[in-house]
Amino acid sequence: MHHITAGSRRSTRLLASAAVASLVLGMSACGSDDDPTKSAEQEKLGDGESLTITTFGEFGYDALIEEWNAAHPDVQVEQTKVSLWDDWKNELNTNLQAGSGLPDVVAIEGDFMPALVAAPDRWVDLSSDEVEGRWLDFKEKAATTADGALVGYATDAGPEAICYRADLFKKAGLPTDRTEVAKLMTTWDDYYALGEQFVKAVPDTAWYDASGSIAQAMLNQVEFPFEQADNTVDVENDELKAVYDTVTGYTPTLSTKAAQWGDDWSAGFKNDGFATIPCPGWMRSNIKDNTGDPAPKGVTWDIADVFPGGGGNWGGSYLAVPKSSTHQEQAQEFITWITAPEQQLKIFASLGNFPSQVAALEDGELLKATDPYFNGAPAGEIFSSRAAAIDVQPYHGPLYSDILGKFQDAINRVDQGTDPKESWDTFLSDVAALQ
Amino acid sequence: MTNRTAPAGDAATATSPADGPPEERRTTSARQRARLIRRQRRSRWDVKLSPYLYVSPFFVLFAIVGLYPLLYTGYLSLFDWNRAYYVRGEFVGLDNYTFVLTDPVFRKSLVNTFSIFLMSSVPQVVLAVGVAALLDTRLRGRTFWRMSVLLPFVVAPTAAVLIFGSLFADRYGIINQVLGEVGLEPIRWHVDRWWSHFAIAGMVNWRWTGYNALIFLAAMQAVPRDLYEAASLDGAGRVRQFFAVTLPMIRPTMIFVIITSTIGGLQIFTEPRLFDDTPNREGGPDHQYMTSTLYIYVKGIEDQFYGRASAAAWILFLIIVGIALLNFAITRFLTRRSVS
Repeated sequence: MHHITAGSRRSTRLLASAAVASLVLGMSACGSDDDPTKSAEQEKLGDGESLTITTFGEFGYDALIEEWNAAHPDVQVEQTKVSLWDDWKNELNTNLQAGSGLPDVVAIEGDFMPALVAAPDRWVDLSSDEVEGRWLDFKEKAATTADGALVGYATDAGPEAICYRADLFKKAGLPTDRTEVAKLMTTWDDYYALGEQFVKAVPDTAWYDASGSIAQAMLNQVEFPFEQADNTVDVENDELKAVYDTVTGYTPTLSTKAAQWGDDWSAGFKNDGFATIPCPGWMRSNIKDNTGDPAPKGVTWDIADVFPGGGGNWGGSYLAVPKSSTHQEQAQEFITWITAPEQQLKIFASLGNFPSQVAALEDGELLKATDPYFNGAPAGEIFSSRAAAIDVQPYHGPLYSDILGKFQDAINRVDQGTDPKESWDTFLSDVAALQ
Repeated sequence: MTNRTAPAGDAATATSPADGPPEERRTTSARQRARLIRRQRRSRWDVKLSPYLYVSPFFVLFAIVGLYPLLYTGYLSLFDWNRAYYVRGEFVGLDNYTFVLTDPVFRKSLVNTFSIFLMSSVPQVVLAVGVAALLDTRLRGRTFWRMSVLLPFVVAPTAAVLIFGSLFADRYGIINQVLGEVGLEPIRWHVDRWWSHFAIAGMVNWRWTGYNALIFLAAMQAVPRDLYEAASLDGAGRVRQFFAVTLPMIRPTMIFVIITSTIGGLQIFTEPRLFDDTPNREGGPDHQYMTSTLYIYVKGIEDQFYGRASAAAWILFLIIVGIALLNFAITRFLTRRSVS
C-alpha cells in the first residue's frame, strides 16, 4: 500500500511538472509574441494566393476589384464584406489583440481613425508623392499622425443633405419641390417646427428615421463633442447637453423611436415610418435597399440641398494596411489605385458614395450627375454644395468611437421610455467606465 | 514488486563476465547493479506510468486549451490594459475585481443570466420529458416525428435568431401584428426586461428541447417493458405508470440533462447578442438582457478592457463552480435516496 502511494505520488509529481512545463512553454510561446509595431516579413504572392481586403456595409468595390484583377494577374484581390461596421470593429479589435488574422487591407469607419492615429506604429505609413494632396484637407488630417505619417487612405466623404419623402410631404400639405423644401429647414428650430406641423397632419408617420441619426447629425456640428483638444474626456459640456436635450425632447413626438440599423428601422422605409432622414451621399444606397428598387407604388424620395444648422459631415471611411500584412507594397499599390479620383467617381455613379478626392469633386461629370431614384435630383450638384457648406470639423479623440456608442445607447434608452435624466446619468457612468 | 523483479536480477548476475581482476569485477558488478536498478525502475515506471501516458493526450490538450487560458485569464485579471496597442498594462492587483463587483451593469447581467436560465432550463426539461413520453408511444411515422423534434437543433443559432428577429420585432414583428389585429397592446420585446428574457428563453428552448427530448427518449426505451406490464396488472393507468415507473427509471438521465442544461443556461451568448437590434449589441441599450458572458465579451472585445473582462470571467467561473458543486450535492442526495 505504502509502495503504491509512493509510486503514484511520484507520478503525480511527474505529471504536475509536465503540466507546468507545458504551461511555461505555452506562456513563453505567447510571451514571445511578435511586437505588434514590428513589420511582418514581406513575402511574394504565391500561386493561388491573393491580397485580402475586408470592407463593411457597401463600398461598391465588386466591379472595381474585378477590373483590377483582370489587369493584374499577379496581384489578385479578394474581398470579404461584413454587413455592419460595429461587427467588423469587434472582429478588428480581436484580431489586433491577437496580432494575427488581419487582412492585408482593412476598411476603417471614419470615427475610428483617431484610434489608429493614437497607435500609429501598428500601421504602415502610406504617405507617398503620388497621393499627396489627393484628398480634402480635413480628410487627410484625420489620418495623419503627429509625426506626419499617413495611416489611412480616405475613400468617401459624407456631406449631409436631407432626403425626404415627397409623397408624404404632399399628404401633409407641405411643399414638395426640393428648392422650396430646402428653404424651410435651414436651422434646427425650423426643421423641428416643420416636423411638428407634419406629424399633426400625418399622425401615423414620424418626422425622422431615428433619434440616434438625428443626434449624430447634430453632433457633427459640435466642435468638441466628447473630448477636448488635449484628448481629455469632457462629456458634460453645454453643447453636447444641448444636443441631448433637444433630441430627447422631441423623441416622444417626432421620432420613430427605432434603433438605427435595426429591423424596425429598416422596415420603416417601406411602411411610411418617417418622412425625412439626414442624408450623407452613402445613405442613398441604404434608402434604395430598404425601400426597394424600384420603389413601391406612390413612394417618392427626393433630396433637398439643405442641412439644418449649416453643413455637416457624417462618416466616410478609410483604407489602412496593418503591419502584420506580408504584402504591404502590393497592398499600398492597390489602395492607391482604388482610392484614386477616377475609381471614386465610378463608385459615386453606381452607388452614391461621395468622393473625398479634390480632383473628383471638380469633375464635370460629377456635377452633372442626377439620381433617377430620387426623383431625378441633381445629386452631384447637391452634395458638392453640401460639402462646401461644411464649416465645422468636430474634434475626434481616440475614444470618440467608443463614447459615441454609449451616447447612442443613451438616446436609445430614451426611445424605449427611460427618463432622459436617468439615461444621461447612466451615460456618464458608462463613459467613466471607459477610462 | 521487489520480489517479482528479483529473478531478473539473478539472471543478469549469472550472465555477467566473471574474469578480470577483483577490483574491476566489483566495479563491473556495481555498474551492473546500477543498470539493474535502472531497469527495475523502468519496468516499475512502465507499470505505474503507462496508464497515465495512455490517458495523457486528453490532459495535455486540456492543459493547453483549458487550463492554460484559465490561468492566463487569472493572470491578466491582475493587470491594466493598454487600449491603444492592445497589450497588457501595469499590474493593478485586485482593482479589476473591485471594478466588476461594484459595477451595477455586472450585477444586472447576473440577474439577467439567472432569469434567462430559469426561464429556459426549467420549462425545457419539463417539455422535453413530455415530448419524449409522447414519442415513446406507438405513433404512426415514428421516425418522422423523432427527426422533426431534432430539426431546430440542426439549424444554426444565427439563422434561428434571424427568424425569431422578425417574430419579435417591436413594431413590425409578426407577433405584435397579430396582437394588433386582435386589438391587444403590442409587447415591447426589446424594451421590457422580462419580456425580452421570455423571447430569448423561447429561442433557447426552441433549440434545445428536441435535443433533450431525444436523450430522454433513449432512456425511456431502456426501461424494461415488463415493469409496465406489471404496473398495468396492478391497475395503474397511463399517467400513474409515467409517474411511478418512467420517471424514477430515467432519474440518472434526468440528472445528466439538468446538469448540462444548467451549464449551458448560464453561458447563453448568441441569442441575446443577436436579439439586440441596437448598433452596439450590448444586450439592449439599458442592458435589459445582457448576460454575464455577454458582459465579458463587451468589456473585453468592445470596450477593450481585457483585465476587467478577465476578472469578470473568473467571477463567473467561480459562480458556475459553486452551482456545479450544489448540483453535485443534490445529485448525491437523490441517488442515495433512490438506492435506499
